[in-house]
Amino acid sequence: MLVGLIWLLVYQCIGEILVRWIGLPVPGPVVGMVLLFATLFLRKGPSEPLHTTANGLLSHLSLLFVPAGVGVMLHFRRLADEWPAIVVSLAISTVLAIGVTALVMRALLPRQRSGTPSGKR
Amino acid sequence: MADPIRPLTEIWVYLETSPLLGLTLTLVAYQSAYWLYARSRMNPLLNPVLLAVAALVALLLLTHTPYPTYFEGAQFVHFLLGPAVVALAVPLYQQLPNIRRLFVPVVVALMAGSVVAVASALVIAWALGASGTTLLSLVPKSVTAPIAMGIAERIGGIPALTAVLVVATGVIGAALGKYVLDALAIADYRVRGFALGLAAHGIGTARAFQVSEEAGAFAGLAFGLHGVLAAFLAPAVYLAVRHFF
Repeated sequence: MLVGLIWLLVYQCIGEILVRWIGLPVPGPVVGMVLLFATLFLRKGPSEPLHTTANGLLSHLSLLFVPAGVGVMLHFRRLADEWPAIVVSLAISTVLAIGVTALVMRALLPRQRSGTPSGKR
Repeated sequence: MADPIRPLTEIWVYLETSPLLGLTLTLVAYQSAYWLYARSRMNPLLNPVLLAVAALVALLLLTHTPYPTYFEGAQFVHFLLGPAVVALAVPLYQQLPNIRRLFVPVVVALMAGSVVAVASALVIAWALGASGTTLLSLVPKSVTAPIAMGIAERIGGIPALTAVLVVATGVIGAALGKYVLDALAIADYRVRGFALGLAAHGIGTARAFQVSEEAGAFAGLAFGLHGVLAAFLAPAVYLAVRHFF
């Protein structure tokens, strides 16, 4: 557990440092994630403690954005003024994104023989 | 005789200045909301984040507690967002066989879906009169919340507003996805899952897992890749927004 957490924090640190050093406009943790992915690729998989900690943390992922979400109470004014634009744009753009992604991917997937429901090995 | 009210006020004064209350309330609100959500057989409209945020906002408004006071305690939960984003590398690595096998369909669909999600949201919101800051907060709305909030902060949006937009997007996608995919006659679970994960991140992924393991795996793949792509693409979108709107 502790070893896994150290892995995550060290990679986040490296990410934050790189972002500030090079002046990348990308969130530090995302750079940390990319670097960790590269490390996993080279090591051919996560160690047991890292695997356990990562899964434990991610199983409660949605809890983690509750505090920031509560911050919306500071922005009621904006929501009251702009909610029609926000709601309409979210609904239409989400439907379009689902449709376009699905159509593009279906067009490009190798054809499956009928009767095999999932990708063949 | 001692005044029974005074100790109560003293307790309240203690609780108000200690981070304990904000932290406890956050966990209790989330756990209760999750319990309700599970009881409703994971109805996307009862999304636990949405419920927990609504309950906490109501409580803070009723008790006249300012947000910074609450955040004193809640920041310990908030802090874990960073390590959680780093941790996303682990499930993404486990999807490596799928990425390799279906590289072209996955990458092209990812790009197309990502561009459509951002561009259509911006154009529609702009046409309906949304302000510049709102538009910037909208940019990362299809991406998983921890990454989205990081992006919003980087490009000058409001992270808290983005968090709410992200959850709303996830709920909309999870609720409407099935109808869109059925209307387009998409039968392949890999495609259905991927589209849901791309447009509706973790909430769409959870929805996809309810339908099939395979759909869930592809949804997870889409939401992980979309997070990375968006983080690197958002600065370009930011320049476009500044330029055109």
